[in-house]
This record gives sequence, structure tokens and C-alpha cells, in this order.
Amino acid sequence: MTETLAETTTEAEEPLAAFPMPRAAGCPFAPAPAARALQGERPIAKVRLWDGSTPWLVTRHADQRALLGDPRVSANPLVPGFPHPNEGFRENAKRRRTFLGMDDPEHARIRRMVTAPFAIKRVEAMRPDIQKITDDLIDTMLAGPTPVDLVRAFALPLPSLVICRLLGVPYEDHDFFQEHSARLINMESSVEEVFRANEALTDYLDKLVTVKLADPADDMLSELAARVRAGELTQREAASMGVLLLIAGHETTANMIALGTVALLEHPDQLAALRETDDPKAVARAVEELLRYLSIVHNGRRRVALEDIEIGGETIRAGDGIVIYTGTGNWDAEVFPEPERLDISRDARRHMAFGFGVHQCLGQPLARLELHVVYSTLYRRIPTLRLATAIDQLPFKHDGAIYGVYELPVTW
Amino acid sequence: MRVEVDVPKCVASGQCVMIAPDVFDQREEDGIVVLLDEKPPAALHADVRESAVVCPAAAIRVVEE
Repeated sequence: MTETLAETTTEAEEPLAAFPMPRAAGCPFAPAPAARALQGERPIAKVRLWDGSTPWLVTRHADQRALLGDPRVSANPLVPGFPHPNEGFRENAKRRRTFLGMDDPEHARIRRMVTAPFAIKRVEAMRPDIQKITDDLIDTMLAGPTPVDLVRAFALPLPSLVICRLLGVPYEDHDFFQEHSARLINMESSVEEVFRANEALTDYLDKLVTVKLADPADDMLSELAARVRAGELTQREAASMGVLLLIAGHETTANMIALGTVALLEHPDQLAALRETDDPKAVARAVEELLRYLSIVHNGRRRVALEDIEIGGETIRAGDGIVIYTGTGNWDAEVFPEPERLDISRDARRHMAFGFGVHQCLGQPLARLELHVVYSTLYRRIPTLRLATAIDQLPFKHDGAIYGVYELPVTW
Repeated sequence: MRVEVDVPKCVASGQCVMIAPDVFDQREEDGIVVLLDEKPPAALHADVRESAVVCPAAAIRVVEE
């Protein structure tokens, strides 16, 4: 008895683990080891955030799936107890709301305004364009000097060109929007930097919506402009949605291209298998596996409980923050045997790299198509592609809301 | 097997169309699910079950008969 009491006291006095948790040195692809340990020991555990708040960290696949799909769990950052990732995100959420931070039915109404262009058949129709963009960028790289930064020369321009075309944003402005997007999603950015970046991007999209109101084209901003005209959205709301789509459309895929390439170069047998296959289904499986293995949205999906929820032997109280770290969910051995093994032949479709529940990534068909084209083209056209630096010299985005590399020097 | 879809719940992730395109389609105006075949042949059952599992909005129900 005494022993148990003593243990309980020690446990209670022990400070809660801080979140986000660092990745292990030398293991750039693996989720944070402290979170993996919690998955085995206490899969729903309190952690401490930057502001001293103590939400629940959820690390198992089954619990993550259950909570992300639970209507008693809210994504609204204005609900007290919401676990904000940093001060910039918290303050920005008060000023500008997007459907990412809304619950149904409001969320569904707004989301459905932008879902049509991401339907499977409409996305698939973009394949020839995406293939051409990919081949052109590779041609330019092959004609230029080595080493080259694969992020600047390929990984970032490819999805940027695609989303610009889809939205109707002039690609010539890419320096402007890439710089501001990067600042907006950097976890180290101050409140002022986040505000300024968001303001600059929203003003920019606002002006484009004005252009589309006067002169509509066959693109998403023109569709949003039509909704402004119909009184379904204010122009500022349309501009905010444009910002969201622009950022989500290029930052995420760019990181999957660059980090995916690093992972494949570190696993030459997997790279060889991918390069040698002619089966589109095998490439599709590789896409899912890399999404699972890398889980680039790595600061946890943030939610707050609206009611008491009993789960996994714990009671999450109404008003408690919830952080869903899909990095460990996607490395949960219950669902993915030998999760630390990159195996492009496995069936990884149950991963939650795109999230789960009603907020699951809207652009996932486009992301999958871009990755399918890239992974089946880049390594065949440049079969001797290799890192031009040691892997431990690569600048990994530990400070980003989305994980990846800032630069990727390669040669061939 | 009988398939049911809950249209108001659907979030247009498109995964069912990707996995089982002979059973599921999407509306042109908003990408919301359209059920093409409520009694799919046995050869498609595994794909339909997987579609239901990965549906992020739990909008697909499979009734085994």
C-alpha cells in the first residue's frame, strides 16, 4: 500500500511531458520517440503545451480515428480549452475563421463550396498537365548545373504551378506567396509576423477575386467570386479560402516530394522497386506508404471536447484540449506491422496522413495524383539521383507545422 | 451485400471512388457521393468494405446479407 501511494505521489509530482516532442537525432523519419513510448505505456496522456495548458495527447491509431470522427469533438479554436499550437495561430484564429476551424453544419456548408474541383474524375483529368509540368521541370534540371536544390528546382514549383492553374493565381507571383506562406506556417514566427503574412496573402487574393468578378475565367477563384456575387460569401471570406487553398496546395505536396525523395534515397531497395515497376497500382501503394511513413503534418491535429468522452479507460472532460499526433498513429503496429519499415508493397491505405473525420484533407485526390506522377517519373528519368550532402547535414523542418526539408542538394 | 450511403454526412474525400469506382461516384456540383450499385457483385465486396473503413465521415454502411 505504502509503495503504491509513494509511486502515485511521485507520478503526480512529475512534470508532464512537453509537446511537441523532439525527434531522435539520426532518425529524421521516425515520429518522436517519447510519443512512441507513450503509445505503449499511456496512449491517452496529458501533456504540457507552450502556454502551460495541459491537453490530452492521443497516440494510438484506433483512439485517434475514434476521436477525429466523433461529433462531440470540436475543431473550433474559439472554444475555451482549444490547444493552440502557438501564440501566432491562437491570435490569428480570432481574426480570421476558415472552415478548418468550424464544426458541422456550418463547416459542411462552406466546405462543399470548394469540393467539386477535387472530385476524383476532375482531378484525374489534370494528369496530362501535371505530367507535362513534371517533365518540363526535370528537363530544365537536367540541362542545368549540379548539384541542384531539388526543393527550389522541382519539389516546390511543381505543386505551386498546379495549384496556381487550378485557382487562377498568376505563377509569376510565386516568390511573394511562397515566402509569406512559409512564414505563416513556421512555428517560430511571432504573432506580428503571422498577422502580416496572413494580411499580405489575404489582400493579394482579395485583389484577385476583384479581377475574377470583373473577368471570370475557368478557375476556382472565379467560382468563389461567383459565390460572392450571389451573396453566399463575403469577398474577404472568399479571399481567406483562396489563401487556405493556395498554402495547402503547395506546401504539403512540396514536402512530400522532397522528404519522400530523401526517404527513398535512404532505402535503395525500395527506390529500385519503385523505379522498376510499370504497374500504376504499385506506384499508388508506394504513395500511400510514403504518406504513412512520413506523416508530414507533425504537430498534432488540434481539437477540444464539447462533452465528456470515455475512451481507452480515460475520461476526457468537456473543455479539455485534445492533440492527435498522427505520426504515431501511422506507426501503430496494431494496424501496420513493423511500422518502422518503409515497405512500398504494403497496403497502407488506413493511414491518417490526411487526417480523419469531416476535416480530412480536401485536396487529397490532387496530392495523390501529383505524388503518383512524381514518384513514377523523377527516379526513372534521373536513375542516378543522389544526395549531394550527408543526410545529417540536411536542414529538416523541425520548426514547421509541416515537416520536410528546407533544402535538398542533389546530383546525378 | 447491400450498400447504403449517408449523403448528408459525406465530405467528398473521394476515397470510395478511388477504391471502388464501379460502386461509387461523385456528384458533379460538389463531389458528394453517388451510389452506383447498391448490390455489388462478390468480386467487389472487399473493395467496398475497404471503402467503408477509410471513409473519413463514416458515410458508407455495408449490410452483409
